[in-house]
Amino acid sequence: MAAIDTFEVLHPGILTTVQDLGRPGFARYGVAPSGALDAFSLRVANLLVGNPEDAAALETAVMGLRLKALRDAVVAVTGADLKPMRGRELLPMWRSHRIRAGEVIAFPGPAGGMRSYIAVSGGIDVTPVLGSRSTNLPSGFGGVAGRALRKGDILRRVVVEDEFRFAGRVFEPAWVPAYPSRWRLRVVWGPQDDQFTEEGRQAFVTGIFRVSPDSDRTGIRLRGPAVSHRPGLSESIISEGVIAGAIQVPGDGQPIILLAETTTGGYRKIATVISADLPLLGRIMPGNEVAFSVVTLDEAVQALRESEEKIGEFKKRLAALS
Amino acid sequence: MTPIYRTMGDRSLLVELGEEISPTTNALVQDLMQRLESAAIPGIRELVPAYRSLLVTYNPLVISSAALQSRITAVAGDTRRLSAPASKLVTVPVVYGVAGGPDLESVAAHLRIDAEEIIRLHTRTIYRVYMIGFMPGFPYMGELPAALAMQRRRTPRTRVAKGSVGIAQRQTGIYPVDSPGGWQIIGWTPIELFDPHRRPPSLLEMGDTVKFEAVRPEEVKTWRP
Repeated sequence: MAAIDTFEVLHPGILTTVQDLGRPGFARYGVAPSGALDAFSLRVANLLVGNPEDAAALETAVMGLRLKALRDAVVAVTGADLKPMRGRELLPMWRSHRIRAGEVIAFPGPAGGMRSYIAVSGGIDVTPVLGSRSTNLPSGFGGVAGRALRKGDILRRVVVEDEFRFAGRVFEPAWVPAYPSRWRLRVVWGPQDDQFTEEGRQAFVTGIFRVSPDSDRTGIRLRGPAVSHRPGLSESIISEGVIAGAIQVPGDGQPIILLAETTTGGYRKIATVISADLPLLGRIMPGNEVAFSVVTLDEAVQALRESEEKIGEFKKRLAALS
Repeated sequence: MTPIYRTMGDRSLLVELGEEISPTTNALVQDLMQRLESAAIPGIRELVPAYRSLLVTYNPLVISSAALQSRITAVAGDTRRLSAPASKLVTVPVVYGVAGGPDLESVAAHLRIDAEEIIRLHTRTIYRVYMIGFMPGFPYMGELPAALAMQRRRTPRTRVAKGSVGIAQRQTGIYPVDSPGGWQIIGWTPIELFDPHRRPPSLLEMGDTVKFEAVRPEEVKTWRP
């Protein structure tokens, strides 16, 4: 597939990386899945520009990214509203636009919500590593040389025939996610909820937790009422495999929601965020508040079915257009 | 044996096969993983083995947790002999002490045995790889001889060099890349443990066995297994 230069990075912002839907299948070798933390927004951005939903795009956090278009392309911005600008005009989100060579797209931010996604027709062209273009920052591979973008980087994209017909696509406004400052995350108990005290479990379900500034792509650190372990237990457990959304509680009783850069862990996990709410984990900002609602497995699966139906319905509408 | 199931979200099940860190329990994990791989149950996405548990991630829109548990229980109860697992024995050359093993002398002092004896004990044992975790390609291996059992450093290092061979309690491990770490570092190996451009990317996998061989610094370049 031919690739062409598409963006020059004028300023990388706080943290911008290339991400797709991640690198599953290698956890047994200690390789984390990485990938877009708000996968819903990444998938929609890709569909808006005519890409497969798992194409590689940019994930940028909070503020500061500035890109110069080196050629005409179709671009869509989804996720958190970082006040994207094309030149001096606001660039409407959740729809696709033809961007002209020479135009600058900027994300001055900050706004509600942590991460924004920028998809370009054809997808960002970097060499896949272990089947994915996602950047694994802690281990330094994937994406652009395994690192965050820097000023002066030239991003390439795959050439697509007749791509400008994808400009002007709009996502269903009713399905655009909300960005509150207090989040409610649905969880199912376990795997080690039996190893917490009744008070600890109560604190977990009734407490309001604040997101600590030292949160990153590895985990969301929370500060709030102590979620206490049963007395007499060792502080850690024998290490085991973990997934994104698992909520581990070290001895200090302060929960950490694991994200996509970890494969194993040795702390007790009181509960796990349900699949339908995983994209929310990419949206939550330091300083926000988080509360948890416990649901049953059946409710969790039903919620996943409903969120997948939105994407499925959107794909059907797009197919009817073309 | 009947596994214990723990729910980790709506898309993974933690299957526990024992209570402790031991080669026997870990072999049960390997056995179940091998059986599940050949059973190819629709909906299973990934198997992540650890010391005493297997994490099974799955698509809940394809198979329910309850259905998956009964399939796993059936597979675990199948006692038909498997072909021997494709585990390998890997010999790892180590330069003990000096610059690459900054903790060798303090470990010797703490354990009240001399450095030569530490090297002899560390190279005498054949270790089982219990799991790969913490970072890509990092092998947790055991069992370290009881005479070498020692706590992690009280203050972890902010940077442990790639190739560092460490010990902690009854385990030994190797750092595949520069990283922070708290293990007692007794030596260094030139072996590449992780390369994302290789398939599989990790030199070692769970169930492999490892033997360390002491080499002199000047032998590193010409060393062949």
